[in-house]
Amino acid sequence: MTRKQKRLAVIAGGMSFIIVAVLLVMFAFSQSVAYFFMPADLAKTEVKPGTRIRLGGLVAEGSVKRGQGSTVSFTVTDGTGNVPVSYTGILPDLFREGQGVVTEGTFDAATRNFVADSVLAKHDENYMPKEVADRLKADGVWNEGKGAASQ
Amino acid sequence: MIVEIGHYALVLALATALILSILPVIGARRGDMAMMALATTGTLTIFLLVAFSFGALTWAYAVSDFSVRNVWENSHSLMPLIYKYSGVWGNHEGSMMLWLLILVFFSALVAVFGRNLPDSLKANVLAVQAWITVAFLLFILLTSNPFLRLDPAPAEGQDLNPVLQDFGLAVHPPLLYLGYVGFSVCFSFAVAALIEGRIDAAWARWVRPWTLGAWTFLTAGIAMGSYWAYYELGWGGWWFWDPVENASFMPWLAGTALLHSALVMEKREALKIWTVLLAIMTFSLSMLGTFLVRSGVLTSVHAFATDPTRGIFILCILAIFIGGAFILFAWRAPMLKAGGLFAPISREGALVLNNLILTVATATVLIGTLYPLILETLTGEKISVGAPFFNMTFGLLMLPLLIAVPFGPLLAWKRGDLLGALQRLYLFAALALLAGLAFYYVQNGGPVMAIFGLALGFWGMFGAIADLWYRGNFSKVGLAVGFRRLAGLPRSVFGTAIAHFGLGVTVLGIFSATLFGTETVVEMKPRATVDAGGYSLTFDGMREAVGPNFTEERGHFTVSRGGVAIADVWSSKRLYTARRMPTTEAGILTFGLSQLYVSLGDPMEGGGIVVRIWWKPFILCIWGGALIMMAGGFVSLSDRRLRVGAPSRKAKPVKATLEAAE
Repeated sequence: MTRKQKRLAVIAGGMSFIIVAVLLVMFAFSQSVAYFFMPADLAKTEVKPGTRIRLGGLVAEGSVKRGQGSTVSFTVTDGTGNVPVSYTGILPDLFREGQGVVTEGTFDAATRNFVADSVLAKHDENYMPKEVADRLKADGVWNEGKGAASQ
Repeated sequence: MIVEIGHYALVLALATALILSILPVIGARRGDMAMMALATTGTLTIFLLVAFSFGALTWAYAVSDFSVRNVWENSHSLMPLIYKYSGVWGNHEGSMMLWLLILVFFSALVAVFGRNLPDSLKANVLAVQAWITVAFLLFILLTSNPFLRLDPAPAEGQDLNPVLQDFGLAVHPPLLYLGYVGFSVCFSFAVAALIEGRIDAAWARWVRPWTLGAWTFLTAGIAMGSYWAYYELGWGGWWFWDPVENASFMPWLAGTALLHSALVMEKREALKIWTVLLAIMTFSLSMLGTFLVRSGVLTSVHAFATDPTRGIFILCILAIFIGGAFILFAWRAPMLKAGGLFAPISREGALVLNNLILTVATATVLIGTLYPLILETLTGEKISVGAPFFNMTFGLLMLPLLIAVPFGPLLAWKRGDLLGALQRLYLFAALALLAGLAFYYVQNGGPVMAIFGLALGFWGMFGAIADLWYRGNFSKVGLAVGFRRLAGLPRSVFGTAIAHFGLGVTVLGIFSATLFGTETVVEMKPRATVDAGGYSLTFDGMREAVGPNFTEERGHFTVSRGGVAIADVWSSKRLYTARRMPTTEAGILTFGLSQLYVSLGDPMEGGGIVVRIWWKPFILCIWGGALIMMAGGFVSLSDRRLRVGAPSRKAKPVKATLEAAE
């Protein structure tokens, strides 16, 4: 190979790796990005069973029920809509009724219940999941006393 | 009083840094020795001032002076003393102070150890360091001042976030910042080279120890943070692809690339412009990380406080430095003389492949981290990009690199022999596959593809051994001569081999823990028994306990194997009284390199409690590998050829030394 051919080979190899990477990123985005919804959105937009989403809102007062073993069911609400959620596993330390929560999972085709495989509650006592806080503020459901308890 | 003097010292440091930003650059242009010499004294002055200021803040924490707002917000008189010290950087203002302290510490190191640098280069490097210092001093003084007082002074503090009341906080941020901020020196060298419009192999030799040092600390910092999150958060995971983790991981990836490209530049005078660009990019990613973590655009355990002015301030710093550096680069880079060409199959070819893969992988992490933020800013749409995205993109892209690593050191500079390397390595590859197979057999179960993952880890380890094996030429000359040959090799050769070995260990740990680990979630009543990883855990019941600033419910478990009790483990739910904040303290039991991880959930009606038990086979390899990589970094750093200004030895007419010449 001449110098020029060698250089071309190197550039072609590099470019093809970058192209593979770009395709991979695009594919991964189409597969694994979860959109954020609040219960009120679900009335407007249909989410197919099996599509992974993030569902956020407040845990409705009095809705937490311990079922069989370690399965827990509760309702996520944002004042306008309610979505029943079931989750198997350990709830975060800061999971409480009336507090903000973000769950990730899919809708069950048969029961239309939201089956969560991860539940995130706030990290510390001031932290309301950001997505939830923003929306609650926008919708006027935000309660300063509750959200910013100690600040 | 001391607090006020500390505050004043910070202002003095700002004034000094302002002078230092300008005069040495002018001095370097005019060849004025006196003005250039100012850089050294000025840098040391700033370091002393900032160190004093930091000391003053630490003193306020040590004596629990709650009239200082920052102390009141983040400390408590009953807190153990070590957390009072580490609590200094367990909050936004204090962690920026630590950032600054480490920045000026590195400047001072350059000032002291850079005696052999050309005067103008040293003056310019220190001036660029001073620019960064000015920006962060302004940031602290204007938006995040830790020295503000409260009147009247409260009697008791609000306590430190319980998650941060851990030994991890004492170690993780300083290590991480030593890495993050250490790359500022590389950045300053790159910008100084661009200002001078001159760059050569010597430049790469001066920059490499700084890159290596920063990289080594960053490796340790990331590993430490990962282990801390693992045992403290109680979620059983060691890496979450959380944006904050990515923020520290991206500079590490870019820094790894920089480490390798500087090697090519030093030996072959090639890749000059690329190396300069990479040095700028690495520190830019460090600053981007600081922005992501400190500005409050992300909500996480790291975002101590959110204040929009801070975010905008850091964004401005980011724009000025990154934008400025890239404009300077676009303007001056064409003036730098490009280096020579080389064959694709050669040591430098392999290092280019390393750079290509690492930078592309960095880019995918960057996209995955920033895309949700950008999308939200532009359209208001909220998405989350989680682990599946990163595993699919980053994970797959790194595979070819992991396969290629053992080949690199076996290829010669200029023109390598791939076939020869293959011939030398096939035995080691077969061994790796065999080891993977054996590992799989012992683990008993799991997907068959796991064999290849495990073999990939062993391949990295054996490849590093192969490197030393052939350098010592053991197969031909026997053990005694071989070891004597190895002893004559420069330390950086061992550094490379050790670091590559560590990479293999980490890869092995990742595959083993993810593919063979088990997770059990059960409701347990006292005396109930659960099996995990070949051990049985018996729940003995809960007990209440009181700590210095918390109360806890502790669950006790007896671990037995084959009916014989061998250990016991405690796992607890704590309530920190000052903040009324609950945390979960996981119980972790180590068996060799594997761990049993027990985390408590909520109590159930009827006296039961939800328990989550993970079996994590060989998980310690993940962090152990990182420690080995770190050790490799230190060994390489101790190489006398890297000591700035050490006279470069003429190549001796011994064949072994020639071969070894990195």
